[in-house]
Amino acid sequence: MADTNNGNIAVLNPVGYPPKITPKSMAPRLGTLDGKTIYLVDPRFDDSGLFLRQVKDWFAEHMPSVKTELVEMSSVYTKDDPKTWEMIKANGDGAIIGVGH
Amino acid sequence: MHAIALDSKYNVPTIAIHTNAFEKAVQSVTRMHGMPQARYTFVPQPVMGKTAAQLRAYVDGKNPISGRPVMQEVIEGLTRPAEGDHLKETKFERSTPRLVDADTDDNLQQVFLDHNWTDKLPIVLPTEKKVEEMLRHTSRKPDEIAGHLRSNQFRQHWEFTVEKVAVNAVMAGARPEYFPVILALAASGVSARGSTTSSMAAMVAVNGPIRHEIGMNAGTGAMAPYNHANATIGRAYGLLSQNLQGGSIPGDSYMGSQGNGYAYGTVTFAENEERSPWTPFHVQHGFKPTDSTVSIFTGCRSTAFTLGVREKYWREHVRNMLRGMDAHSAPTFLLDPIAARQFIDRGGFDTKEKMIEWVYENALMPAAEYWDYQLIQNYIYPRATFGEEPYASKLKAAPQDMIRMFKPDEIHILVVGGETNGYWRIMGCNYQKTISIDEWR
Repeated sequence: MADTNNGNIAVLNPVGYPPKITPKSMAPRLGTLDGKTIYLVDPRFDDSGLFLRQVKDWFAEHMPSVKTELVEMSSVYTKDDPKTWEMIKANGDGAIIGVGH
Repeated sequence: MHAIALDSKYNVPTIAIHTNAFEKAVQSVTRMHGMPQARYTFVPQPVMGKTAAQLRAYVDGKNPISGRPVMQEVIEGLTRPAEGDHLKETKFERSTPRLVDADTDDNLQQVFLDHNWTDKLPIVLPTEKKVEEMLRHTSRKPDEIAGHLRSNQFRQHWEFTVEKVAVNAVMAGARPEYFPVILALAASGVSARGSTTSSMAAMVAVNGPIRHEIGMNAGTGAMAPYNHANATIGRAYGLLSQNLQGGSIPGDSYMGSQGNGYAYGTVTFAENEERSPWTPFHVQHGFKPTDSTVSIFTGCRSTAFTLGVREKYWREHVRNMLRGMDAHSAPTFLLDPIAARQFIDRGGFDTKEKMIEWVYENALMPAAEYWDYQLIQNYIYPRATFGEEPYASKLKAAPQDMIRMFKPDEIHILVVGGETNGYWRIMGCNYQKTISIDEWR
């Protein structure tokens, strides 16, 4: 098989095949946070817990009508945590995850 | 990633807060997971080591990328619908063309460089002729799916064929007879271009008859660039990892803060089975001596080394080296045959397992120091607090108590070197798996 044509070389593309992407829909937004319970999810990476405590303090000072609950992920941030997600779904209205990956 | 699951799967409106160093990575991950409209905001990097007052300033401050107040974006992310919240028809690229537009040698080198398909060194252009020659050294069909790779657990897998692996093997300069080794590496599912801020590299050890068949080096200079098979197999593993997993681009699909020099060629060598006093590595892992295998380790960030195993203080020397290692990456001992025999003479370790047990018993650190390491805080402490053993038991130790740094099954030994002297080193790395090369012949 000829590799050149008028001095030009035919070569193969080295890149793999991307996964099929399935679009996901988001949960409806809350409209207002008044009276809502927002979970602050600590992935336990670096000093994320200390950061989220500052977020909690911010809500207490600026939006006291919002109830915030600080919760740590059950293990390292690299693992899924369905037990915590179910708990938040059952008891909360929204979530803030940070800081992390 | 967790925010996407919480939002889409559990129907809980969620916003993620990241540091600004992850802007492109966050965009890429949300797009590839089908939620480019996911809500997120950024605070400055780093969070680690900052005081409460400094972190509060982050919260009170602005997103360094958008320039808008962080908490305003947090509240809007939870309360306001935005364009794109509703599911809409989206088209995604599903295939990669087989050929690159034909061009001159110089121009194609530049095309490959511009597309980040290389390790920034010149490559062998993968012409159809060269790729066909590579493919003749496996019984597998070119269009057979060879495996799947991704750069970390937050990314989705990409897929590739035997031919795609051959293209990358050619680019690395590998000879066709090396191809079964390279296919086995590709099929392992372990990336040599993992994206972690800690800057990993991979290490590859080959065992069995194929070492001699393809002329690999297990002796003098085995881990250095002095053998064609060692050098190009390692390079091929790196190139195929980045190209078959969807890229390895700093700030986007590669987040290693400092990078890792071992990643240039991937540390690749043959175990010196003939001069080793112990069982070959692959036999330790369930293979027959006549099987040809490749074993993969990842991490390779920390290395300690010394000469010889001294009669009087060898125990202290080894303990010092272990204490100096990153406590989160387990030790793999890389011993010149002279050093291996010295360990038998000094410690009576007539099997690798006996030496591993001694290392396990002697890699010790005060509990308070151990738990204070940031990597231990990030990756071990959460597992300990939720009861995972042996970490939960370690957590009960008093601050001054000496606790074991590693688990026995994390500690490994390989013999490599040409006996020009009794040097040896400890590589901080995690054993991933051993793969049959024979299945890819």
